[in-house]
Amino acid sequence: MSAAFDDTALDVAFDVSGRSLWVDARRRLLANKAAVAGMAVLVAIALAAIFAPLLSPYAYDSIDYSVISCAPDWWPGHTVLCHAGGAHWLGTDAVGRDLFIRILYGARVSLAVGVAATIVSLVLGVSYGAIAGFAGRRLDGLMMRFVDVLYSLPYIFLVIVLMVIFNRNFYLTFVAIGAVEWLTMARIVRGDTISIRHREFIEAARAAGVGRFATIGRHVVPNVVSPVVVYMSLTIPNVILAESFVSFLGLGIQEPLTSWGVLISQGADQMESAPWLLVFPSLFMAATLFAFNFIGDGLRDALDPKDR
Amino acid sequence: MLGFALRRLFGAIPTLLIIVTISFFVMRVAPGGPFDTQRRLPPEIERNVAAAYHLDRPLYEQYFHYLDGLVHFDLGPSYRIKDFSVSRLIAEGLPVSAQLGLSAMALALVFGIGFGVVAALRQNRAADYAVMSFATAGIAIPTFVTAPVLTLVFGVWGVRLFGVDLSLPVGGWNNGALANMILPVTVLALPEMAIIARLVRGSMVEVLRTNFVRTARAKGLPYSRVVLRHALPAALLPLVSYLGPAFAGLLTGSLVVERIFGIPGIGRYFVEGAIGRDYTLVLGVVIFYAAFIIILNLVADILYAVLDPRVRFAR
Repeated sequence: MSAAFDDTALDVAFDVSGRSLWVDARRRLLANKAAVAGMAVLVAIALAAIFAPLLSPYAYDSIDYSVISCAPDWWPGHTVLCHAGGAHWLGTDAVGRDLFIRILYGARVSLAVGVAATIVSLVLGVSYGAIAGFAGRRLDGLMMRFVDVLYSLPYIFLVIVLMVIFNRNFYLTFVAIGAVEWLTMARIVRGDTISIRHREFIEAARAAGVGRFATIGRHVVPNVVSPVVVYMSLTIPNVILAESFVSFLGLGIQEPLTSWGVLISQGADQMESAPWLLVFPSLFMAATLFAFNFIGDGLRDALDPKDR
Repeated sequence: MLGFALRRLFGAIPTLLIIVTISFFVMRVAPGGPFDTQRRLPPEIERNVAAAYHLDRPLYEQYFHYLDGLVHFDLGPSYRIKDFSVSRLIAEGLPVSAQLGLSAMALALVFGIGFGVVAALRQNRAADYAVMSFATAGIAIPTFVTAPVLTLVFGVWGVRLFGVDLSLPVGGWNNGALANMILPVTVLALPEMAIIARLVRGSMVEVLRTNFVRTARAKGLPYSRVVLRHALPAALLPLVSYLGPAFAGLLTGSLVVERIFGIPGIGRYFVEGAIGRDYTLVLGVVIFYAAFIIILNLVADILYAVLDPRVRFAR
């Protein structure tokens, strides 16, 4: 009875104070020009990737031997062997496929891998870190020791090993990369969990008879959200990089599907005769990575007021 | 001090053992055997092959056999490259990779520290902004983009300055000739250079505000001496703990660089091993690199304790 009464009182107080942490953070984020520009670039690339089939008359895997490695019509220079003509805005690749549509399909793969692997790392890292931090003592020591061990390896090697084991299955790529990227997340969440473990509201939950896992899920995790959000925005570009890195080495996604890493690798193979095949995928990739970097910086400034 | 070092050393051994154990069993779980070919081998031959690689023994026996070899620096035979042991492949790639990596590290340190100090001394001025934008770009643009682009500009198009042809070879190692090293070493060093510049700038800015620097200036010492003798050593301290991650970054970068420039180092063996599913080679390289990173972190820890008495006495 009294609990219900307190809740309404709290609601009223909330209405009066008006601005929550998140409203505040959003305002600060939107005031950050670099972050807003980053978000605009990202939304544009994501929309283009989603609606890719509508943006170009070509299919991503339709081969056309009459326009092999042709430059876009507006490409300068006299060394170009042929111009692609038609709607090949960014030229064509070594088997006459349209580069523009392939970049957008590459964006699909890269962004999908980025988001999916980040979700895997989020789930793993947050639950692992929260449990370790909340349990404390021996279990904490043991669990974090395991993280330290994995940390001592350059993670791209782990990703490659996992790719080899999973036989380069595309869906398992997500899992493989996410399964490696959760380590930092776990460390961050553990540290924050320890710092709130002895706070009154946790004790109150325990006193009220809330189970351990329910306490972690309902009271610990919501209170470590902001560093997690910041780190998430840094994880996505990391994952995109890792996927491209692995694909570049020829260990990632397979034809006719493509990703930015594959496109850059193919572009590098024939950069003498067809530099646009290297330049455009690199530009898309660099723009995306910069955008994520700016958003990450903006989020950190917005969510972590003590830093300013 | 010695106790501290020994404690750290003994702490590293179980770490390495855990990595060896995990990677060994993970590799054994992986699908496919050493000689998966298109056509099926007759069962007798398959049995003989398995026996030759001890694959017919129980798993735990294989594991202890592997550990036993490991103690003698024997990482087993390569599954793909016939008549070569993994240890021999690593030994052949090591001098090349080491030359590449150490040169890149030296380049990254010299320019990273230089840029960082200049940026800190010219804080919020043009030089600072130039260094910081370079650093942001260096961190955001991956090696597999810079490598082909630099090759295109300096190798393929070629650069002429005052009539001198500055074109560089685009690939091959040529036993580590200087001209062959310039491009790969630069590409490998760029990201680390960027991170080091950022790190040094940050700590230098902080150090320049401390009291001992103010004291040194108040004594009337020339500014260059204050910066080089008083501020710089203190500002370089955080760099020591970045040593481990820096080399880890170089190892990662070497995979791409050795592949693009066709350099016969460990990284190329690793990638080819991974593509060809040469499990023992991949396993061997992972363990070798893990040991290298662990030892490096150990050295960094000890070095840090030597350089900064506060760390030593806090324990």
